[in-house]
Amino acid sequence: MKLTTKLLAATAIVSASAASAVELEVTHWWTSGGEAAAVTKFAEAWNATGNTWLDGAIAGSGGTARPIIISRILGGDPMAATQLNHGRQSEELIEAGLMLDLTDVAEAGGWKDIVNPPALLDACTLDGKIYCVPVNIHSAQWLWLSHAAYEKAGVAVPSDWNEFVASAPDLEAAGVLPLAMGQQGWQQNLAFGAITIAVAGLDAWRDVTVNKNADTARGPEYTAVFEAVAAARELARGSNVQDWNQATGMVINGQAGAQLMGDWAQGEFSVAQQVEGTDYSCLPGLGLNAILDTGGDAFYFPVNDDPEITAAQKELAALLISPEVQVSFNLAKGSLPVRGDIDMAAANGCMQKGLGILADGGVLPSGDMSLSADTQTQIEDLMVEFWAGDMAAADAQAAYADIIGNAD
Amino acid sequence: MSVVDQGLANAGTGKGKPNRLTRNLMSKIAALPMIMTAMVVFVGCTIWTIVYSFTSSRLLPKENFVGLDQYERLWGSSRWLISIQNLVWYGVCSLILTLVIGFTLAALLDRKIRFENAFRSIFLFPFALSFIVTGLVWQWILNPDYGVQGVVRGWGWESFSFDPLYNPDIVIFGILIAGIWQGSGLIMCIMLAGLRGIDEDIWKAARVDGIGTVKTYLVIIIPMMRPVFITSLVLIAAGIIKLYDLVVAQTSGGPGLASQVPAMYVYDYMFKAQNLGQGFAASTMMLLSVVIILIPYIYLQIRGNKNG
Amino acid sequence: MDNAMTGPRGPKPKRRFSRNNIFIYGTLIVVSMYYLLPLYVMVVTSLKGMPEIRMGNVFSPPVEITFEPWVKAWAEACTGINCDGLSRGFWNSVRILIPSVTLSIAVASINGYALSNWKFKGSEVFFNILILGAFIPYQIMLYPIVILLREMGLYGGLWGLVLVHTVFGMPILTLLFRNYFASIPDELFKAARVDGAGFWRIYFQIMMPMALPIFVVAIILQVTGIWNDFLFGVIYTKPDLYPMTVQLNNIVNSVQGVKEYNVNMAATLLTGLVPLIIYFASGKLFVRGIAAGAVKG
Repeated sequence: MKLTTKLLAATAIVSASAASAVELEVTHWWTSGGEAAAVTKFAEAWNATGNTWLDGAIAGSGGTARPIIISRILGGDPMAATQLNHGRQSEELIEAGLMLDLTDVAEAGGWKDIVNPPALLDACTLDGKIYCVPVNIHSAQWLWLSHAAYEKAGVAVPSDWNEFVASAPDLEAAGVLPLAMGQQGWQQNLAFGAITIAVAGLDAWRDVTVNKNADTARGPEYTAVFEAVAAARELARGSNVQDWNQATGMVINGQAGAQLMGDWAQGEFSVAQQVEGTDYSCLPGLGLNAILDTGGDAFYFPVNDDPEITAAQKELAALLISPEVQVSFNLAKGSLPVRGDIDMAAANGCMQKGLGILADGGVLPSGDMSLSADTQTQIEDLMVEFWAGDMAAADAQAAYADIIGNAD
Repeated sequence: MSVVDQGLANAGTGKGKPNRLTRNLMSKIAALPMIMTAMVVFVGCTIWTIVYSFTSSRLLPKENFVGLDQYERLWGSSRWLISIQNLVWYGVCSLILTLVIGFTLAALLDRKIRFENAFRSIFLFPFALSFIVTGLVWQWILNPDYGVQGVVRGWGWESFSFDPLYNPDIVIFGILIAGIWQGSGLIMCIMLAGLRGIDEDIWKAARVDGIGTVKTYLVIIIPMMRPVFITSLVLIAAGIIKLYDLVVAQTSGGPGLASQVPAMYVYDYMFKAQNLGQGFAASTMMLLSVVIILIPYIYLQIRGNKNG
Repeated sequence: MDNAMTGPRGPKPKRRFSRNNIFIYGTLIVVSMYYLLPLYVMVVTSLKGMPEIRMGNVFSPPVEITFEPWVKAWAEACTGINCDGLSRGFWNSVRILIPSVTLSIAVASINGYALSNWKFKGSEVFFNILILGAFIPYQIMLYPIVILLREMGLYGGLWGLVLVHTVFGMPILTLLFRNYFASIPDELFKAARVDGAGFWRIYFQIMMPMALPIFVVAIILQVTGIWNDFLFGVIYTKPDLYPMTVQLNNIVNSVQGVKEYNVNMAATLLTGLVPLIIYFASGKLFVRGIAAGAVKG
């Protein structure tokens, strides 16, 4: 490298503001309508600083994007920043020294005090150092209900999962599919997880997911879970869509009564200009347990030997978590901000509900943080088999307990 | 395993120079890229894969050996077993149908018909399209609401049911329809080329002997086309083992696990589950099965060469 | 060997409208429909508006023809924050295609020539390994190749990708060239040797000019394979080099609200256009080349 660029880079670090415009390549898999709108907020904020956001969107969710991201990092020519689910997935990349240490940025920004719940930052922390920026909180335990569908059926919109199940025959009688379900493993797995927390209760859930206690997984609480899931399976028969937002679309236009989906479904309702309370309802924790898990997205910054880029990476990291960007991004995406100290008055009813639960401390670590991707894939395989076929609830429970017993 | 070297002349083994190393030196230098590819990429990567299949590597390859653990888990996984079963079904059907369709079409085109070029182009053009495209368009045609089923029901046959991509019992045939559409044209082309290579006198002799057309094909022509069939077999088999994109584009392995295939298991466990060891174990089993299938052929080949 | 490829070899049909003929043409036409149906569906769907698609079925011709989906697929469809459709990747695909096709064919043809005319000890072993390689699913090799390319300093650039295409195209292409060169009469080669021509002179002056049909086949196979490749393009390069198929994947897989089947189909057709044109343009040469490369030997 030439001396001048070295000097430039050095000043950039010292002044912590990019004097020269730097182009940073950012990889992510946010390509649906609401997601794209949200990521545009990031890009706009970054471009406003005089730098350039080079967008590397790869459609097809984590399964397509992840090998590409990891190859790039392994290949020694990484992108400047990348979306990755935090938690156990990235541990090895950090251990191998491939990720940029953001501790100084975090300390300068006081992340420890502002990130709420703190578990989010813990998921980014390894050996006391911080390696990622949490950008939003997503929770999976939401039931989305279509008012149009219930109008058709002539019954009141349910206020929890049990009422929903009870109302299903009326929906069917009116020619409405009770439960919309995209035929992809992760969606079926998500529905399973949501029903688990609602039906099994927190203690049993924690014992199985965090402590990996296979006996609890064989116990009566989980028997109830699997029976409930089997019932849900019947309610979703005839749901032929694939993508999650196609299923959300069925709720939006009243073809289906409800969908079990994470809070990101909010973005689709917003894009369709539906109003919470009049066009659709949302029930966090399925209306049974006011508890949300705190998964979410985080950005990692692969190590780069160009100091100019490193400085810009740190600048971007600080930007992603700054108050204004957090507000605009999360409003667009329908997720909750990671900062407890910002005003989300602009948020709609569903997000306010989520914020309320968060403020009351009704949070769980997400499955991403407790179970390895390997275990999750096995559970997903089981769920795929279970939802598509006629597997008995008891058999599924036994298989599930085995997976938990062998989990690492 | 060489594919079609019946009677391959031991053409010009450069004569003259006695020194073993420098003999054909230029040829050896020119073949270096091939040697490197064979040894470094194919052999090297295969050995690398096999070695790491005995480790508990997760996201990154690591040398923590765990013996046969990955294999035990593999063969205890219902998804893997279903995948193999599906591939066997698909493989057998695809092999037979592609050969039969390819040969029949080639034979029909070889009957001195008009518009041969047009027909040939029609049968061959799908080969120009990727599996992703193929999967997409067939998914669309087989869509129960808008596609074939919807149309037939629209004609008044209300109970008509044809939804291969949504019915776990027949989903593999839904994929087969698309796979054959894409791949049979090339086989037809190869068969046609083989038929054109058959001497006109054979036909004359058959006619003189009063052997019927169909019987001539079955009894005389097909046995003469052994190399052609072998080339076709290799191409079809390589495609079957690697079956992945088409399934992903059409069904993503669903409904349920009904259209899962081994290559998908490998990919999912390597990259989604981030369990490289498990993925490598599965791919090692795939390689092993290829070798087992090819051993009898190699054996025949060597014996044939000795006798010839 | 050319004379073998000149025309149909079957028995002459006796009458024009014999039962046989009706059967032959009938079968061919019915089968043609199976092959043409998807193309028809793609074209028809890509010319419809979304409301029409939801109302009708996939086979009905468009009531109102619109080129909107084509425009959208080419220039407007969004992936992430970029809304410039397939046009973004088209020139990248060309940039990848030309060197990859050239290099892979050059290497494979020399391999085939060395294997058939200049056999050396072990050459068949390497060749057989190469053929075995054709059976290995690509996915398995992704990480080791990342590491290899990194060590060679080629990762992330155009030439790394070109190399990968060359390697994975090698088994089948080498097979074709080897068989083709083996079918060329030995006398030609021997005569050239007597004249004192060496390895390269025989290749360039005698073998290459005779191998036109098989070069056509190789070009077609490689153009098809490389143009349609998604996995290698996305794993071994960076966004500024991503081929068109990456945009295709993004358009097809990212659902913004409703699934826009018409745009998907237009994008599909646009992406397939280059190999399709090459197929239809090459016509008879392809069969002749296949005949020489896959059948003889």
